[in-house]
Amino acid sequence: MNALYAFFAVALLMLVAFFGVWGLGWNTLFAVMIPYAALAIFIIGLIYRVVKWARAPVPFHIPTTCGQQKSLPWIKSDRIESPSSTMGVVARMAMEILLFRSLFRNDKVQLEDKKRVTFQGNRVLWLGGLVFHWSLLIILFRHSRLFMQPVPDFMIFVRDIDGILQGLIPAVFITDIAILMALTYLFLRRVVFPQVRYISLPSDYFALFLLLGVVILGVLVKTAWKVDIEGVKVLAMGMFTFNPVVPEGIGPAFYIHIFLASVLLAYFPFSKLMHGPGIFLSPTRNLINNSRAVRHINPWDYPVKVHTYEEWEDEFREAIRGVGLPLEKE
Amino acid sequence: MTMPEEKLKPEEILDISYTPPQKDWIKPDVKFKKGSFGYAAQGKHLKYLDLPNPRDWRPQEDDWQLPEDWENIIVKGIKERLGKNRAFQLFLDVCVRCGACADKCHFFIGSGDPKNMPVMRTELLRSVYRKNFTMAGKILGKLAGARDLSVDVIKEWYYYFYQCTECRRCSVFCPYGIDTCEITMMGRELLSLIGINANWVTEPVANCFRTGNHLGVPPHAFKTSIDSALEDIEDVTGIKVDAPINKKGAEILFITPSADYFALPHWYTLMGYLMLFHEIGLDYTWSAYASEGGNFGFFQSAEMAKRLNAKIYAEAKRLGVKWILGGECGHMWRVIHQYMDTYNGPADFLEEPVSPITGTKFENARSTKMVHICEFTADLIHNNKLKLDPSRNDKWRLTFHDSCNTSRGMGLLEEPRYVINNTCNNFFEMPDNTIRERTFCCGSGAGLGSDENMEMRLRGGFPRANAVRYVHEEHGVNLLSCICAIDRATLPPLLEYWVPEVQVSGVHELVGNALVMKGEKERTTDLRGEPLNGKEGQEDV
Repeated sequence: MNALYAFFAVALLMLVAFFGVWGLGWNTLFAVMIPYAALAIFIIGLIYRVVKWARAPVPFHIPTTCGQQKSLPWIKSDRIESPSSTMGVVARMAMEILLFRSLFRNDKVQLEDKKRVTFQGNRVLWLGGLVFHWSLLIILFRHSRLFMQPVPDFMIFVRDIDGILQGLIPAVFITDIAILMALTYLFLRRVVFPQVRYISLPSDYFALFLLLGVVILGVLVKTAWKVDIEGVKVLAMGMFTFNPVVPEGIGPAFYIHIFLASVLLAYFPFSKLMHGPGIFLSPTRNLINNSRAVRHINPWDYPVKVHTYEEWEDEFREAIRGVGLPLEKE
Repeated sequence: MTMPEEKLKPEEILDISYTPPQKDWIKPDVKFKKGSFGYAAQGKHLKYLDLPNPRDWRPQEDDWQLPEDWENIIVKGIKERLGKNRAFQLFLDVCVRCGACADKCHFFIGSGDPKNMPVMRTELLRSVYRKNFTMAGKILGKLAGARDLSVDVIKEWYYYFYQCTECRRCSVFCPYGIDTCEITMMGRELLSLIGINANWVTEPVANCFRTGNHLGVPPHAFKTSIDSALEDIEDVTGIKVDAPINKKGAEILFITPSADYFALPHWYTLMGYLMLFHEIGLDYTWSAYASEGGNFGFFQSAEMAKRLNAKIYAEAKRLGVKWILGGECGHMWRVIHQYMDTYNGPADFLEEPVSPITGTKFENARSTKMVHICEFTADLIHNNKLKLDPSRNDKWRLTFHDSCNTSRGMGLLEEPRYVINNTCNNFFEMPDNTIRERTFCCGSGAGLGSDENMEMRLRGGFPRANAVRYVHEEHGVNLLSCICAIDRATLPPLLEYWVPEVQVSGVHELVGNALVMKGEKERTTDLRGEPLNGKEGQEDV
């Protein structure tokens, strides 16, 4: 049900773009104004959200330690999973952000004969997530050539590597196939696995459908519908230099592609997609495990009511004297 | 062991499914089933601690006697905490509901209740956050996973935030490090604002505030208790051991959870500490005022944790010691390692800890000035300062249970293992997925260890017991050693239910057994008063 809501929402968005361009001819709106607006919302929204997080203090020092602390010199400490230095934290964060370290630990629990549970390593989610995010990164990187003239050699190199299969399937990149497979998996697991279905909200499906829409249209405009790539480049360069021109004959599919991408950008700061920037600020991952060596300050710390020794002694004086323990006041 | 009225058999407890219902969770729905929740905190304890809305009430009754403007208090409370705590804000915002945490929680594994999936536990609060603090939630409502605050939502919170032991296992597996412990802490603080507290938390807190320890042991009983441990030591070793209390000018203040000097099998660990300190001639003191290492305030609110924790530094200052040594306890060490310096520091009146026996500087504790007994003892052993006879522990084939807090909130993994390996001959690890940073909770931490909550404790502790049973069957393990007082209190009934062949001990009980003391008589029993295995016992391994 939640998936259906999200599906219809994305389908509606596609129809809006289609009729806007094909029916009403609002090409400039969809090719220039909406992308500009979306980008503005993305940048401002992202900064707003990150600043909001960053302004909230971290009152306590709460790294989750996943390895041996640094204590006695002859005990080997885990410098990354229980980081004892800034370098350790950088390495831990890099592993988390680039390789999804924590997700790699995933295992699956099974109950056998109502007697025992067993654990099995389960790295499919890790793989799906990693393939999706890395493919997305490379695809974005490839897109950036649209904004550059001449295209740097390095970019052409990445493009050639990614396009190594093009001898077999023309105009298709490895990352196109990979991201489609990964997104399909990420969607299917939400529908098929009962636990994940239970926790999935319409917004979880919405993000996936939006991404799938962008990617599928992106592939189609290159392959089946052979969009005028020179025209797209003129548009992109124009926008990049704040001198936008909308060339004729790019075709509605491209507009839907760019519209969905714009919606995704504008949606980003208001959604769970903020997990990307968020991870950098996660106090369980980005703090050094040194809270006994260096004092962590809580900026809003305030005095609290305590039960002082004097009050305690007053209450128990006779008992303390009775067993011969020393007293401050006889 | 106190059990719910109808004694459930293991196969009945495990008659569960990990497949959640088709129906969505958005409408609050909670039943207070006997055996699965803790009683509410009594009004007198709230009054003593100046906490809001003191009254006697029962969770299973309809009317919770909430204050009139309770909704307002909760929403304001959330807002305040969002502004004061980045983790709270971030963890509410960034979850993608990938489900990696789902089957990492011992309560989910043992109950199959979908709201015990860590992600769901947080959604219970997150849904209210969405409704009140996000644009999407305000506009789209249920479609955005938002829901209105209602009494039933509050009841759900009480049930599930006191079905989380704040063990942080989910945060190890979360790709963003979302720590349900943080959410549970905030949830409990919010509940406390409208007078909803668990008695098994608040009563020990009130005791601790007044007497200095959770069990409410007054100073004379404290002294008597320590004295009788000294007598027990004399019975076993023939040596008269001294235990200074409230001694000014001692070099070191020793602090341990109160259960160590009042409960079994903690008692034998207490004997182990006392014997060790005597043998190395440590200049130290106990305190009858700061007579609690644990901190149940931590299970109620940051403020309450700070109020109780203050005694430790205050007493160290009054007694004029140089530094503090801490006994075996889990959440105590989370507080000391990650919170104490922030709460009540800087402890600039103390000195950087140096072992008077080995000269080792504990540089990792140079600011907090508090050293873990396992760090201290491991250093002694490493420097050959102890004469140990591991064969005295040969009756035990043991495994080690990492406490949640010392493993995931500190990283104390090798020190206790080093001590065990030097004091015992037959040590076997449980499977990798169940130890170190992936260790499973006893199921009774964070204030859940009450008798009335026994069924849920047996469920939550099942994954731990399951791993113990594995090493029992594979290696004939008959002892589960641990460095946590709550473990020592709650693992015995847990294992009695799931693996009755296995007993529970602290690590320093093993030290006390193995420690060859100057002038001791030939030992015929271990610290438990049970006959020592003869030397020939080694061969039947």
